[in-house]
Amino acid sequence: MTPTDRGLYLDGVGIALAGRQLLEVTRRVDPGEVLTVMGPSGSGKSSLLAYIGGFLDPAFKARGRVIADGLELTSLPAEDRHAGILFQDPLLFPHMSVSGNLLFAIPPAIKGKQKRDELAREALAGVGLSDFDDRDPDTLSGGQKARIALARVLLSQPRTLLLDEPFSKLDQDRRDQMRQLVFSKARELGLPAILVTHDQADADAAGGPVIRIGEDNTQ
Amino acid sequence: MNGNGATASPIETKSSGAVLPRIGPPLAIALLTLPILAGLAGTVLPALGYLPALDGTELTLRHFTDVLHRPGIIRSSVISMVTGVATAAISLAVVMAFVAGWSGTRAFARVQHLVSPLLSVPHAAAAFGLAFLIAPSGMIARILSPGITGWTRPPDILIVSDPLGLTMMAGLITKEIPFLLLVTLAALPQLRVAETRMLTAALGYGRIAGFMFALWPLVYRQIRLAVFAVIAFASSVVDVAAILGPSTPAPLAVRLVEWMNDPDLSMRYIASAGAMLQLGVTAMALAIWIALERVGAAIAQLLCHAGLRFRRDRITAWIALAMITSAALAIFAGLAILVIWSVAGLWQFPDALPSDFTLRNWMRALPRIADPLWTTLVVATLSAAIATVLSILCLVREGETRQSGNSRSLMVLYVPLLVPQAAFLFGLQLLFIGSGTDASLGALVLAHLIFVMPYVFLSLSDPWRAYDRRYEAVSAGLGRRRWATLFRVRLPMLLRSVMTAAAVGFAVSVGQYLPTLLIGSGRLTTITTEAVALASGGNRRVIGIYAFLQMVLPLAGFVIATMVPALLFRNRRAMQV
Repeated sequence: MTPTDRGLYLDGVGIALAGRQLLEVTRRVDPGEVLTVMGPSGSGKSSLLAYIGGFLDPAFKARGRVIADGLELTSLPAEDRHAGILFQDPLLFPHMSVSGNLLFAIPPAIKGKQKRDELAREALAGVGLSDFDDRDPDTLSGGQKARIALARVLLSQPRTLLLDEPFSKLDQDRRDQMRQLVFSKARELGLPAILVTHDQADADAAGGPVIRIGEDNTQ
Repeated sequence: MNGNGATASPIETKSSGAVLPRIGPPLAIALLTLPILAGLAGTVLPALGYLPALDGTELTLRHFTDVLHRPGIIRSSVISMVTGVATAAISLAVVMAFVAGWSGTRAFARVQHLVSPLLSVPHAAAAFGLAFLIAPSGMIARILSPGITGWTRPPDILIVSDPLGLTMMAGLITKEIPFLLLVTLAALPQLRVAETRMLTAALGYGRIAGFMFALWPLVYRQIRLAVFAVIAFASSVVDVAAILGPSTPAPLAVRLVEWMNDPDLSMRYIASAGAMLQLGVTAMALAIWIALERVGAAIAQLLCHAGLRFRRDRITAWIALAMITSAALAIFAGLAILVIWSVAGLWQFPDALPSDFTLRNWMRALPRIADPLWTTLVVATLSAAIATVLSILCLVREGETRQSGNSRSLMVLYVPLLVPQAAFLFGLQLLFIGSGTDASLGALVLAHLIFVMPYVFLSLSDPWRAYDRRYEAVSAGLGRRRWATLFRVRLPMLLRSVMTAAAVGFAVSVGQYLPTLLIGSGRLTTITTEAVALASGGNRRVIGIYAFLQMVLPLAGFVIATMVPALLFRNRRAMQV
């Protein structure tokens, strides 16, 4: 691997459950590109993200390497992978304020309260929610929570974005808005992203390559 | 907070886990088994005549024959054994009929709220309350006299300390009902109660029969160890038996403690041999229970296969409701009477209330309360804190390995609750005396920890396991270290459950009688040992004070466990109950 190998590379990644091969992927995802993985529920598409993120249930048997910007993620513990994940639910930490959630995500290497506060404020503005700093996450609407979750994951300076059906629980209008926001941010920041979904509209909006699993057991 | 099944259980695979959580499970297993094994050994050897401190070096079975020749020993043993089986049978029957007849109704929820707090009331306090309620000079007699009964003096009948031990059983039953109800409630969410009710109703089964045939076997499987614990406890309890039980002769465990505390040190051989007899009595009670289980299952199967519908079950359901409610109300009333006695001035029979109230009882008792109160607080706080930390370590480790809740680890948790306390505490006391650490704070905390740990773990494990682990995945994805995730995300989110578990541990410690009595060697005393020691004296005002403190301390623990998270997260809606 050389420094020019920017992006995410899935090298012979295979996941099996109870002896059944769920998926088999070798793919490159370029910076800013969104690879969509489609499949019915139970096809194991979420387990691909769990494997990349480093929190796959040991019931699954997985092999293969995941390389981000030349760095092999699969040899690192989850917290060193910087694989930012967005789930169906925003999963904002309910005991922290909105800005608490954001400050928690900013890497500790960035020092100085002022600087960190400033970053958090910028991130809020970036998702159109300025002045939401002190709000209790539970008082936000579903769409607002989703945007805070996006701002949070981007602040952590991820190497890649893992999107686990993050739009499926939003209503129709918000869903389109949120898709645009997520994909434009990924492009803007040059983040390779993997989107797992069973909604064809998600795949269309992502505009990237699509692989299907669970239909003939492999891609 | 709950996500879909596919993503709700992500887990670390790469890093093998920090060191500290790894020592959690072995430490917990050691804590729950080693003192018991060592204690058992320390009891068996003197029972066989080996006690070098008293120049006993030769092995003999003489002490066993001595014990069996003590006057009334058979009767003491039978009372203990019957108490164990009967307490479990009656409390379980009431809980079973109540849950079967009422689950899903509004009455069910109300009774649940009424009964739950009673779990934290120490046995001794509940026993005193009951005694003050039903004794010949107790509240009920006072209310009925002289109008209905015509009594102007307390009648000379033996209600408390009746020779058959019925009052003792009643006292135990009122305390075991809340326990069995709560473990049953914990088992229910994993079953489809509402759907099964509809299904069995559609087939024409009565509410109780439908529940009993379709769900009870599944429930019982999960609460079986708890029922065993009730049998073991009731067949070997000391404090409740000393307060409510018969005295001619007393139940076996009470006599054991008397022998143990006999100034004649050679009585220790007999006490140790008696403790082995106690082990046999409890084992026998459990064996009888297991036989009853078989018979019960066979009868249930017969009725089930006969297709009997039992549709007229309302009377049974109402009886169960009446029993469970009156058991709860009896404890509440008893506690109220304790409070009244603690501030009572002159209170003549048959007046329903004292003629004046005074704080003089308190003023007089306070100087003597300070030391035991301080010991109670320190030991309860330390043992609850240690048990909570240890439980968290075990649960963190369980999350890392994904090996959880198997029947063997559950069995280990229940060991201290299944072995009669006297059988290993006698030996443990000898070990502590031998090493010069008896009556030290550390030894007392350790002894309490053995009993506190199971309850803390059982209380914390359900909410801990129900936690949506995707939050941890998010945190790790944000680049946060494992410890940061634990301390800044999971523990704060579970703060209420953690503090409740600690409060449970605190309450268990406050209520400990025999471990405190033996390991404290009479020099370190707590509110509970002092209260039970007062039982024979019969000074109701002083007993009222001690028993009041006994119930207030656990209550204070639960209030703190509720208030702290509520205050800390007062601006976080999702963190409210």
